[in-house]
Amino acid sequence: MIYKMTRRAALAGVASVAMIAAGATSALAEGWKPQKPIEMVIMAGQGGGADRLARLFQSIIQKENLASMPVLPVNKGGGSGAEALRYLKDSEGDAHKIMATLNSYYTTPLRTDIGVDIEEFTPIARMALDTFVLWVNADSDIQTLDDYVAAVKASGGEWKMGGTGTGQEDSLVTAMLEKEFDIKVTYVPFKGGGDVAKNLVGGHIDSTVNNPSEALGFYQAGKVRPIVAFTPNRIDVFPDTPTATELGHDIVYWMQRSFVAPKDMPAEAVAYYTEMFQKLSETEEWQTYTKDKALMADFLTGDELQAYFLEERNKHAAILADMEGDGSS
Amino acid sequence: MDTLALLADGFATSLSPLNLMIVILGVTAGLFIGAMPGLGSVNGVAIVLPLTFIVPPSSAIILLAAIYYGAMYGGAISSILLGIPGASTAVATTFDGRPMAQQGKAGLALIAAAVASFIGGTLSVVLFTLFAVPLADLALAFGPAEEFALVLMAFTTFVGLGGDDVLKTIVMICLGLVLSTVGLDLISGQPRLIFGDLPGFFSGISFLVLAIGVYGIGEILYTLETSRTAPQVTPARITLKELSAGMRAMNRLWKTMSLGSFLGFFVGMLPAAGATPAALMAYGIARSTSKEPHTFGKGNIEGVAAPETANNAASTGSLLPMLTLGIPGSPTTALLLGGMVMWGLMPGPMLFIEQPDFVWGLISSLYTANFAAVAINIALIPLFVWALRMPFTVLCAIVIVLCIVGGFAPSQKMHDVWLIAGFGVAGYLLRKADYPLAPLVLALVLGPLMEKSFRQTLIAEQGNVLAFIERPLSGTFIALAALFFVLPLVKYLRKGGSRSIAPAE
Repeated sequence: MIYKMTRRAALAGVASVAMIAAGATSALAEGWKPQKPIEMVIMAGQGGGADRLARLFQSIIQKENLASMPVLPVNKGGGSGAEALRYLKDSEGDAHKIMATLNSYYTTPLRTDIGVDIEEFTPIARMALDTFVLWVNADSDIQTLDDYVAAVKASGGEWKMGGTGTGQEDSLVTAMLEKEFDIKVTYVPFKGGGDVAKNLVGGHIDSTVNNPSEALGFYQAGKVRPIVAFTPNRIDVFPDTPTATELGHDIVYWMQRSFVAPKDMPAEAVAYYTEMFQKLSETEEWQTYTKDKALMADFLTGDELQAYFLEERNKHAAILADMEGDGSS
Repeated sequence: MDTLALLADGFATSLSPLNLMIVILGVTAGLFIGAMPGLGSVNGVAIVLPLTFIVPPSSAIILLAAIYYGAMYGGAISSILLGIPGASTAVATTFDGRPMAQQGKAGLALIAAAVASFIGGTLSVVLFTLFAVPLADLALAFGPAEEFALVLMAFTTFVGLGGDDVLKTIVMICLGLVLSTVGLDLISGQPRLIFGDLPGFFSGISFLVLAIGVYGIGEILYTLETSRTAPQVTPARITLKELSAGMRAMNRLWKTMSLGSFLGFFVGMLPAAGATPAALMAYGIARSTSKEPHTFGKGNIEGVAAPETANNAASTGSLLPMLTLGIPGSPTTALLLGGMVMWGLMPGPMLFIEQPDFVWGLISSLYTANFAAVAINIALIPLFVWALRMPFTVLCAIVIVLCIVGGFAPSQKMHDVWLIAGFGVAGYLLRKADYPLAPLVLALVLGPLMEKSFRQTLIAEQGNVLAFIERPLSGTFIALAALFFVLPLVKYLRKGGSRSIAPAE
């Protein structure tokens, strides 16, 4: 409790300073307003990509004074987000809790029976879609997708593909690659995308499917080379990297960055948060960040978002079934 | 000298009145945050992060770095005074710091911790200044095989020691390793040992929970039993004479402290490790290279100095991969990284070239933060020692409250509080049976790292175990590990098996 109080006090202090500085507060949603600090549950541990992004949102909300109450990020990363999903399920009707999601929002309930049906949750807003790119070390001879496939085949299954934990996004993209090109790689799981990128540069693994934000620094320093992007159109930051689609291979995969709320959140509260994220998506900070990090800002809310979630869940169920059918490691 | 010119420019930034004030403010806040069990540098940085918008980015990162450093110093305070690790990085400091306090040498222990932190912090910043860029390549050379070999070496320093019963030490390491497998397995993605789906076990057992349980609660139970109602905490005083005596005592510890600094800096640099393993390794190595290993765990000043130099050195070390590679070496540096992204700075290989003002301003502020931290810390020691003079009946209740708060705060789960209670009772019983507790904590800290890197190597090398020996770096570590393991055995055989029967911990 002491911890919570000091933290709240500190944040409240910040918020009030910001309010005075801003003069008249912006009139967000006339009706309902949060009565206490808003808890932002994060489906991942501290320091990962999802956590960093959630904290970026928090700081923009605070800086631009988009909420009348402070936002408190809370990490519940246990069990690939199972902990967060269970927590949200147990918060039915709560108007002061929102959750930042990633793709484990679908895969975790599909892989382990945790008694959660994501259809029950209230969708708030999808902020962005993160992209995936196939990377090799810049010292490697591989320049094109054909080179890559040939090299993997020549290795006889010893090609080392690094990625995040088994069953998480990177391993799904790897499984899609294996299926499409009829290749077999040795998948080496690491704890986070940054760790994966470092091991590629250090020559401990042969390729990765990192998000651009994780490999961008090394790319700019000339240490890694993008081979192909798993997006429908070329990514602005890598204009010379072809997409798999344009090479005739239908592999497109996204990591969604969205916010959802507990079941039966009051409609006025849903409207409040939707508007809050709408304003957030229009801020200059967010626009710059998405451009720099090759994120696709793609704002979506309400029923459309729910439809998107359910469609994605079906897609993931199919990919997972494929992976398990192979009996691949 | 390019580096020196850049550093001078950096000092011009960090010594501006605003930044100097920020350093002092940050260090003081960090000191108290670190001293508070359950609140570590991660929380400190997280709380202050949104505040940093009101100052320019270079001042903001200086504030965060100052808090980070201050917390590293502060963690030792509750480890020594109360026997509860104030921060995860200060777990190893309780091993000898607490016994020193019980012997009435709390002041000396606090001075040792402060001075050691200063030495560790400063030596590592010097290393950082001179070799930041080439050292980043060394961090890259560390793959899973090297990580495994390094962790193995840390284990052997704990096993092959005089003093504790070797068999009991191995039993405790095994127990710790079993506890470390609880939770979601990274490689297969399946939950392990979750005791019939208890959701709390999904995220594994935090070693801080174990350390607070066995050291905080277990210690209180043990003291209650041994002292009955008579308070046995020696009232500690601190005088100027003691202060200078403390400084002289530190003079003899140069070897331990420089070893701790290098080791800490190096281990901190590895993205997977960080300051906690660094401190534990430094403790183990100080103990195995000491002439009197049996005095460790009973109030040896070296046992305080070694982990404290290492954890501060590691906190500098973990900034290195964060700045040069964009990969955080610890949860706190991950938050710093987030902060930098917010201010529009892009950590990574280009940062040193594109933002020299920022980088060197930060490095120079680390020097300033170190000076400020040691000065403020030593000035406050009498206050901390005075706190120890309250009656045991009161202190005992405060310690238990702090243990519960400290266990609850990081995860905000009652599950962890129950675990602390359980570990407290277990720790008390194990202690009565003379089982050493340090290897248990060590195994829980290093176990996940060791298992992960071992399996990653075997997967990557198609099951070829020789990979660990064939690679030059990991081969060297394995050889050292073998040496650490065999050396005490040879010593023991030479003595003709006359084993020193010393009670553990």
